[in-house]
Amino acid sequence: MSVDATTVRRIAHLARIAVSEDEVPHLQGELNAMLAFVEQLSEVNVEGVEPMTSVTPMQMKKRQDLVNDGEIADDIVANAPATEGHFFLVPKVVE
Amino acid sequence: MTDLTSLTLAEARKGLAAKTFTSLELTDAHLNAIEAARVLNAFVMETPDQARAMAREADVKIGKGDAGPLAGIPLGIKDLFATKGVRTTACSKILGNFVPTYESTVTSQLWRDGAVMLGKLNNDEFAMGSSNETSCFGPVANPWRRDGSNTTLVPGGSSGGSASAVAALLCMGATATDTGGSIRQPAAFTATVGIKPTYGRCSRWGVVAFASSLDQAGPIARSVRDSAMLLRSMAGHDPKDTTSVDIPVPDYEAAIGKSVKGMKIGIPKEYRLDGMPAEIEKLWSEGAAWLKAAGAELVEVSLPHTKYALPAYYIVAPAEASSNLARYDGVRYGLREQGKNVIELYENTRAEGFGAEVRRRVMIGTYVLSAGYYDAYYLRAQKVRTLIKKDFEDCFAKGVSAILTPATPSAAFGVGEKGGADPVEMYLNDIFTVTVNMAGLPGIAVPAGKDAQGLPLGLQLIGRPFDEETLFSLGEVIEQAAGRFTPARWW
Repeated sequence: MSVDATTVRRIAHLARIAVSEDEVPHLQGELNAMLAFVEQLSEVNVEGVEPMTSVTPMQMKKRQDLVNDGEIADDIVANAPATEGHFFLVPKVVE
Repeated sequence: MTDLTSLTLAEARKGLAAKTFTSLELTDAHLNAIEAARVLNAFVMETPDQARAMAREADVKIGKGDAGPLAGIPLGIKDLFATKGVRTTACSKILGNFVPTYESTVTSQLWRDGAVMLGKLNNDEFAMGSSNETSCFGPVANPWRRDGSNTTLVPGGSSGGSASAVAALLCMGATATDTGGSIRQPAAFTATVGIKPTYGRCSRWGVVAFASSLDQAGPIARSVRDSAMLLRSMAGHDPKDTTSVDIPVPDYEAAIGKSVKGMKIGIPKEYRLDGMPAEIEKLWSEGAAWLKAAGAELVEVSLPHTKYALPAYYIVAPAEASSNLARYDGVRYGLREQGKNVIELYENTRAEGFGAEVRRRVMIGTYVLSAGYYDAYYLRAQKVRTLIKKDFEDCFAKGVSAILTPATPSAAFGVGEKGGADPVEMYLNDIFTVTVNMAGLPGIAVPAGKDAQGLPLGLQLIGRPFDEETLFSLGEVIEQAAGRFTPARWW
């Protein structure tokens, strides 16, 4: 499988990465090189094979249902590029 | 007094205990070495004040006799580990001047045991790379050069700063992370020892995430013993990481010098590649001969799905990366590029903040997870991963204690030499190491010799899950036979 220029633009938008028109051909070439490389997986017989979900054979751990952290709003917003009080600022979302 | 930076960690621990020198002296010696080696670009942030304060504190504890196992030992920290109050960037522009308000579990355990932080080490951006050339702080120089040449070589990656700093005697050991070979490949390129422990052995909490089902932290050090000492402090259960395993951490150092007599060592035939340089082949046979001389039994084994590990990795790792890196949105931390609405803000921020390799991997990951392609790519890759793991399980079920392979298909290469036209050329560096991440196993790279141009080469040992001890025992045999290697100083 390979991707065309339209697909490159669509993936870029899904990935929320702005891509200029002159970057598209280059990206298309690189993505297709990667897709050509992974193409060899299609020759593996995976009939009846379970997909891996956990690499170590262990039960998923569950945490105690209790509050053990919090009241650190100052810390949470400390690195934000734009804040007001304990809120993150973004461009207007709802008109 | 001999140069304090040339000691191993184990030797320094003895000297500190005997009060031959203080941690402050040891720390200052390393801070001076770092300053004199800035041309290597191994450190992206030096923290001399914090280092001296930690050293003084360690000296007090050593004086009182209640020193931890790493008391007063100066270390470098890969910039992927969150360090409280000290800028942490993953060497990406998108994290900007991110200053964590918390400490990663692994580093907090090193400080608990008395270690001293010298600063933060360079790496490939978000640990995506095999040469340390994708860092937003620029490439790292390998302290090793080809005989009679002054061409700058890469230290490998992604933990290139860690490997370079340890090899150049700028720190006694360093933290590193390994998603596809990022500890073992740079260790092999710099004649240092690097171990990627079993998945779940070290907590991932506070380590910038790349591919969560593959990422593991581990040390890079100057000897097998030093790496064992560091791993003992770094490992252990952490309730904050649900994939960290709740089993006791053994005294890894006790495994050093243990007999390997009667151990079955597998030599996988699939790792003998067409066109493999003769000197890699020779190194591999030499390693096998050393283990045999120490009493181990060599057996040929088969890992039939080996060739599919790298392509499966280049689906699984970018897929996980694309979802992990969704958090860099220009809202909660790091860089922000304005846009006329919130979508444009995300798109502009991520275009500006991510480097070319990261953009490429996020996009391929987005594609293989997108509607209509998930089954063909991601699901199939996860099934292949099951088969890769089963190959190893079958091999260990036959009584094999560990598997011996080359660590890399070549020695270090020059800056700008690889991956310019085709990204896959660079990815092939990890061909021997990536299988280990796919199967969640422990793997150690140990220096074993030099190529015809005088560059270091390493061997890799792959172990059973949570049997790092066997790797330390076998690694010590190789180190004893091969000796240790230090680069000639040119910086």
